[in-house]
Amino acid sequence: MSISREDIGKVAVLARIRVDEEQVSALEKDLGNILDLVDQLGAADTDSVEPMAHPLNAVQKLRSDEVTETNERERFQAIAPATENGLYLVPRVIE
Amino acid sequence: MHNKSVAELARDLDSGQVSSVELTRAFLDRIKQEDGKYNSFITVTDEQALADAKAADEQRAAGKATPWTGVPFAHKDIFCTDGVRTTCGSKMLENFVPPYDATVTANFCQAGAVCLGKTNMDEFAMGSSNENSYFGAVTNPWGLASGNKRVPGGSSGGSAAAVAGRLVPAATATDTGGSIRQPAALCGVTGLKPTYGRVSRYGMIAFASSLDQGGTIARTAEDNALMLNVMAGYDRKDSTSIDREVPDYTATLNEPLKGLKIGLPKEYFSDQLSPAMEEQVRNAVKEYEKLGATVKEVSLPNAKLAIAAYYVIAPAEASANLSRFDGVRYGYRCDDPKDLMDLYTRSRAEGFGNEVKRRILVGTYALSAGYFDAYYLKAQKVRRLIQQDFINAFKDVDVLMSPTTPSPAFIQGEKTSDPVTMYLEDVFTIAINLAGIPAMSVPAGFVDGLPVGLQIIGDYFSEARLLNAAHQFQQVTDFHQREPQ
Amino acid sequence: MQWDIVIGLEIHVQLATKTKIFSGSSTAYGAEPNTQANAVDLAMPGTLPVPNEQAFRYAVMFGLAVNAEIERRSVFERKNYFYPDLPKGYQTTQLERPIVGPGYVDIDLSNGESKRVRIHHAHLEEDAGKSLHEDFHGMTGVDLNRAGTPLIEVVTEPDMTNADEAVAFAKKLHSIVTSLGICDGDMSQGSMRFDVNISLKPKGEDELGTRTETKNLNSFRFMEQAIAHEVERQMDILEDGGSIVQETRLYNGDRDESRSMRTKEEANDYRYFPCPDLLPVEIDDSFIDEARNSLPELPDARKARFMEQYGLNDYDANLLASDSKLAAFFEAAAERGKDAKLASNWVQGEFSARLNAEEKSVAESPISGEQLGDLVVRIADNTISSAGAKKVFEALWTGENDNVDAIIDSQGLKQVSDTGALEAMVDEVLADMPDQVAQYQNEEDPKKRKKMLGGFMGPLMKASKGQGNPKLFNEILVKKLGG
Repeated sequence: MSISREDIGKVAVLARIRVDEEQVSALEKDLGNILDLVDQLGAADTDSVEPMAHPLNAVQKLRSDEVTETNERERFQAIAPATENGLYLVPRVIE
Repeated sequence: MHNKSVAELARDLDSGQVSSVELTRAFLDRIKQEDGKYNSFITVTDEQALADAKAADEQRAAGKATPWTGVPFAHKDIFCTDGVRTTCGSKMLENFVPPYDATVTANFCQAGAVCLGKTNMDEFAMGSSNENSYFGAVTNPWGLASGNKRVPGGSSGGSAAAVAGRLVPAATATDTGGSIRQPAALCGVTGLKPTYGRVSRYGMIAFASSLDQGGTIARTAEDNALMLNVMAGYDRKDSTSIDREVPDYTATLNEPLKGLKIGLPKEYFSDQLSPAMEEQVRNAVKEYEKLGATVKEVSLPNAKLAIAAYYVIAPAEASANLSRFDGVRYGYRCDDPKDLMDLYTRSRAEGFGNEVKRRILVGTYALSAGYFDAYYLKAQKVRRLIQQDFINAFKDVDVLMSPTTPSPAFIQGEKTSDPVTMYLEDVFTIAINLAGIPAMSVPAGFVDGLPVGLQIIGDYFSEARLLNAAHQFQQVTDFHQREPQ
Repeated sequence: MQWDIVIGLEIHVQLATKTKIFSGSSTAYGAEPNTQANAVDLAMPGTLPVPNEQAFRYAVMFGLAVNAEIERRSVFERKNYFYPDLPKGYQTTQLERPIVGPGYVDIDLSNGESKRVRIHHAHLEEDAGKSLHEDFHGMTGVDLNRAGTPLIEVVTEPDMTNADEAVAFAKKLHSIVTSLGICDGDMSQGSMRFDVNISLKPKGEDELGTRTETKNLNSFRFMEQAIAHEVERQMDILEDGGSIVQETRLYNGDRDESRSMRTKEEANDYRYFPCPDLLPVEIDDSFIDEARNSLPELPDARKARFMEQYGLNDYDANLLASDSKLAAFFEAAAERGKDAKLASNWVQGEFSARLNAEEKSVAESPISGEQLGDLVVRIADNTISSAGAKKVFEALWTGENDNVDAIIDSQGLKQVSDTGALEAMVDEVLADMPDQVAQYQNEEDPKKRKKMLGGFMGPLMKASKGQGNPKLFNEILVKKLGG
């Protein structure tokens, strides 16, 4: 199955990855090839097959409701691109 | 000294023949001298290593040594190391210094091992040749004499090359579709991908969460066992790790193989495999027969769909896992974003390499409205069929054996033009990740002077048996001891 | 044209756990920005979620309280979208197998009838952080303390037909979750937030119209206003022959305006898929039984008990039973005061009025139910008049003194109930007012006579310095004036 240039544009916006016009042709070819590979799945008979999300048939363990974390803001914000007054800064968000 | 195994070095340390500081210095010197050829390290942590070595010597003097105290090794740069840059092979994390340790990292620290640095890898573990690293391709120590630079495989190419090049005796690695076994095979070393959930994923930067598994690369099976002893176990920080007793994996290495039932999946001895490769693998199987094993052909009828299923599931999970790299809290942020959209799209476009972007886009597409059922759900169903094939096979046999890769190490740049050609490198390894079972690659011969890997696949939690089978093979062969020229 | 209004609600209820749903960070409100955001909450590379058992217990308690089925094997999905307050770039939530299945809640309508509102499901999910839009050099600041706070999102069927019903449901839900103790119910801190789905259809028509979703209403009043506003907006459009666009809207309560939240980028495509970092959560019988055994009395049961035990009428019982703290306060006052009716009147009257005036919650009340009960005792035994009682209440409230009898003594509020003394005062006053006495005695109309009786009370209270028992004065007056 091929992927259209329009779809590439949509997916790039959803994935928040800027794709310049000159990259679209290469992506069209590469993604098209990958999707061709993936299309082999269509051949499998999976009518009565349960989807498998995890390799192991295990059940979630739950944690007790106890505070285990302390304030480490300084350590975490030391590696942040932009902070002020303890807040992470991003370009103004218009709600 | 650099040819010695972890087990041997531990004995030398124990007998006082050498100190950890001496050992560490020697390996650090060797990295300095040799790694220019391989580029197997992204970061070398000299100072920290020497400090840790000193502490290890003191521990040993105080009589508190573990089998790892003072032994040098390296971490794949996917495991977060508190205070040490962790890049995952990406520009996105070029300057990322995590304020926390991965559980695997913490376990090795606890055991007193001395980490010499962080090994190179394909960006976010996406690749089979280590050509997708922001920090440059890794060169396979094998085949250099011929004048061609060959790939070490990927994504754990740095770990495999470092071990093959005798820069460290052992290195951690991860395997999502073959990323331990394929580079181990191409570099002529021994690698183990454990059962999904055997080793904690906490602090191991995620590519595809339901497939990723931390594991081991060393030259001998015994060293892999020593590593797994440190790495395996339930971790309350990883909900998908399994709460199940961890055996001493070295305890059963010497069990005889008499009566071991080996299955050869006929789909893995297909025309994708060159006759020369096949010959090496069949010779290896013959060695097992000499050790008392029996061999029969088995079938994994859905194995041919593994690559297709994988290239839906892995990119889909990756597309979400990599959303956190948004230039807000850590990592690369583009210059002068004009608005929020610009911050996101440019930081991610500039911070991620092409293969990572391709996979994010494919994964996003596969999950998007209208395609979810045809791609994602279908792939999950095929995944169960693949798992069922293995379950059926293990009703009849103890282990499966196959080639690890269809061909030996190829020349850099040979397969970079089409991503799909590269994907086919993992044709024999990928189904194992989908099923979540353990598998090893063991050096089993040479073709044109390049190493060939034998893949040994086991049932869930059969790591001890795989290590035993590999170890016994290594008692009667010396492929794993050969040194690249 | 006549229209039917169709309303469904989605309610985010913050669970009162000590820690976040997937990490051990504190959820306490009001901390300095990002001091309660650890590696997991910040979505640092390689970190993984570990679910909080208490969040599941609370969700199960909620499910039991709304008569719902509990999903024995619930699953988490990732909902993918980018926003600065969502560190992972996806919200971990439940789509296919939510923890709480279909259930219902009965609400009381103002006309005295009861109505059943069906709950479609309720799922567990994580809250997002907060974006602060104050000016940081033209930037937005992000605080992730709230990120990862456990929520249940309760989704109703579109069973409500006007704002009153919607508000009644919202209040009932508030009453249930606070009674359960699974949510602090503090709407000003965002502990409960409402999204309202509204559509109109021609009266009697079966097919539903296109709906809009008005998001993030954080008070009952705003919810009522937003519904009125949106119904009017849709009606205007439809009556002009236009059509409704399915969209999310934001309502500004201060200006009574709303606007579309659609951005130019794209229609959202959340790409839900099962979260591979989490396994299915199995809820077994013993977990459910434990949760059931820990259920406190719920508002409906409490209301029935108040009617039975204290003889309250439906209206009073409903009002007092709906808020667990108010109910507890009332019960303390009624038990101590030995007069439930009087206690009910005081709790709903003076006490509630005072809380409202000072914007205080029951928990913040300076006086206890027991103190109010002591006051009730003194009203019931005629020690003080109602005017005196208000003075005592005031003294209790301001903390001037915490003992009712001490206040009565120190302020001299004790009523004179000595009949002899009162009779002497009546005689004196009547002697001073012969004209009025004559007028009274000549009046035939009992109503007018009753009114004229009041004319003597002023002077009598003055004569007794406000301490005469008005009831006794009245009786004596009637007797002396000859009926």
